[in-house]
Amino acid sequence: MRSKFVVMAAAVGLLAGCAGVGGGSGDAGAGGGTAGGGTPQGSLKIMGFGGEDEVGQSRVNAFKQAYGGVKVSNAKGDFDAQQFLTALASGNPPDLVYMDRNLIGTYAKKGAIVPLEDCISKQQIDTSQYREAAMRSVTLADKVYGIPEFYIVTTNLVDAKSLKAAGVPTSEIQTKDWAALKATTAKLFKKNGNKLERIGFDPKLPEFFPLWATANGATIVKEDGAPNLNDPKAVEALEYTIGLVNGQGGWTTFKSFRDAFDIFGEKNPLSAGSVVAFPMENWYVNVLRDFIGSGLQLDSTPFTDHDGKPVSMVGGSAWAIPKGSKNPDAACAWAKTMTDKATWMKAADARIAKVKQDKSFFTGLFTANKPADEEIRAKYLTDVPDAGFKRAIDNFYSTLDDAVALNPSPAGAEIDAAWRSGVTRALGGQPAQQALDQAQKEAQAAFTKASGNG
Amino acid sequence: MAERSRPGLLERREARAAYVFIAPWIIGFIVFTAGPMIASLWLSFTDYSLVEPGQVVGTANYQQLVDDPRVAKSLANTFVYAAMFVPLGTAVALALAMLLHRVGRAAGFFRTVFYLPVMTPAVAAGAMFLLLLNGQRGLVNQVLGWFGVTGPNWTTDPAWLKPSLAVVSLWTVGGSIIIYLAALNNVPRQLHEAALLDGAGPVRRFVSVTLPMISGALFFTVITHTIAAMQMFDQAYTMFYGPQQKSTASDESLVYMVYLFQNAFEFFKMGFASAMAWVLFLIILVITVIQVRVGNRFVYYEGGSTR
Repeated sequence: MRSKFVVMAAAVGLLAGCAGVGGGSGDAGAGGGTAGGGTPQGSLKIMGFGGEDEVGQSRVNAFKQAYGGVKVSNAKGDFDAQQFLTALASGNPPDLVYMDRNLIGTYAKKGAIVPLEDCISKQQIDTSQYREAAMRSVTLADKVYGIPEFYIVTTNLVDAKSLKAAGVPTSEIQTKDWAALKATTAKLFKKNGNKLERIGFDPKLPEFFPLWATANGATIVKEDGAPNLNDPKAVEALEYTIGLVNGQGGWTTFKSFRDAFDIFGEKNPLSAGSVVAFPMENWYVNVLRDFIGSGLQLDSTPFTDHDGKPVSMVGGSAWAIPKGSKNPDAACAWAKTMTDKATWMKAADARIAKVKQDKSFFTGLFTANKPADEEIRAKYLTDVPDAGFKRAIDNFYSTLDDAVALNPSPAGAEIDAAWRSGVTRALGGQPAQQALDQAQKEAQAAFTKASGNG
Repeated sequence: MAERSRPGLLERREARAAYVFIAPWIIGFIVFTAGPMIASLWLSFTDYSLVEPGQVVGTANYQQLVDDPRVAKSLANTFVYAAMFVPLGTAVALALAMLLHRVGRAAGFFRTVFYLPVMTPAVAAGAMFLLLLNGQRGLVNQVLGWFGVTGPNWTTDPAWLKPSLAVVSLWTVGGSIIIYLAALNNVPRQLHEAALLDGAGPVRRFVSVTLPMISGALFFTVITHTIAAMQMFDQAYTMFYGPQQKSTASDESLVYMVYLFQNAFEFFKMGFASAMAWVLFLIILVITVIQVRVGNRFVYYEGGSTR
């Protein structure tokens, strides 16, 4: 018995010893910095970046070619707040994180990510190349916390086949005259008993509430980051869009119908005639392009304000360096390389090669790098064979210079949760004013606390 | 006398071996359960964001629990869900176990079939039920339609969100079915025969023989179902608060653990989330003590005290 115990104890000790050795070598291999010549070296641990398509891979390859001394380790997958924060709390953060730009304010305020002034200066990153709205969303209290990457904008996409069958001209899909849009929606909406058959115009609530509020003249997050969710113009926009939903079966039926959509498949809502029109983000035309052969007839109109001027919110992700990053130099070099004009051109080349291989066509690459966007458009977007897709792509491009992002806020995550929750309550039947008043109260409390006044 | 009560060499060796064998569990308990519990108790008195060291704030987090209306809302939702799931889960598991008990030779196959859902990842089950319970195109409402019943919008109508969660949770009652089946197999046949000779019908035999004899198993599962219901997270998060769903989630589906998770990892309020965890622990403790006190009056323990 005793000898067995000794053997077991030794085995445990050996395992523990091995673990120690492994950990030690891992630590030794981690981190990095710059070699004598200032070129980043060592390992670079990335979190939150999928990037498995040709646009992602071509840029990853561009970095690896430029920085052969850096060993990149990417935990592929979307940004996971729990994974990131626990890694940070355990003292083992990634060197670089890829996250939605609307989270930057909150993470910056909490000290989870660091200002990039040193990075920008050392790597001589020209921040003027990035679109202003994108830079604004990664800047808090005059400090830059992220390097913006993609630039997601919105316009109206239309199922031309259903529209034609209903005898409604494309020009009636417009957001300038809300009363007229409501009448058009009623014409296009179809229901059979208690079963919805077709949504006429989907305002895409709750997620596009900021778009409708902005189009109506509201600024739901003020320049200083304070919430302004119950602005009368925002309340009016919410009342109007809820009216659109209520006129098409009411929220619970409407959402159930929408939840059953196969967004990425052949039976996507525009191909299947389940929705005639909705505001949608630019990446979706790249998905829809594959279904032209199966009968999709896409058309598009700009999403505008009441004066007819195109309006869009801006979304997208950014590269940020976490507090405690062991290799901030390599992280900074990565952020610069991935968003550089030359790298974006390589990504566009890779996308062009892919669409040629698929016997398809290019639908644009919407980046936060303005010179890159302009050159890509001029060089590659010369031949869009489908007139409806061309209109959609042109409409997306027409919003780029005027699109706006929600102002960054130290309580960005809480403000985001508050308005989403408020809009959902209003969709569930609570009066819009009351729902947004409550949302404002919750958001204001979080903002006051985050600003250090509470 | 003292000499005789001292353990012998063999007993000491056996005791030592026993300690060695249970040491992994003890170490695991201290490292992964007791340690984090103590740490979270301390954190509940701090303002801790996971990024910066916690600042002691006394009982402020507990005060905020009272002031935050969403805490009360999520707790109420959790109670309502538990009140639906515990009786429903117990009844369904018992009914299926009784069917299995009668199946005979194919029992092994059906036991496996009923237990398999327990092995299914909660995320996959949640996604599947979102499709099945879809109010407009879901299979459940289609089947109800064959019988002339208009099904509700299970996953979007605020009034049906908690019932749909309870229905989805039935997916995982396989464990209880196995426990009930074992208990049913242990009910002495002669008791049923004696009741039959006395003229008792099936219902009477179930109430007067079966139920008392399996009351220990029932009691155990009611307690574990209650604890699991109060800690409900997976299905609620997958169905209503995952990346695709959270923008449209209704407050009616906000269960306590989901709100705790949001505070910890979305709003950086780990101290507040720890306070929430401790309040839930105390609530579950009180409920369990009440259940044990009440349950002991009705539970039959074979070979137990006859008081």
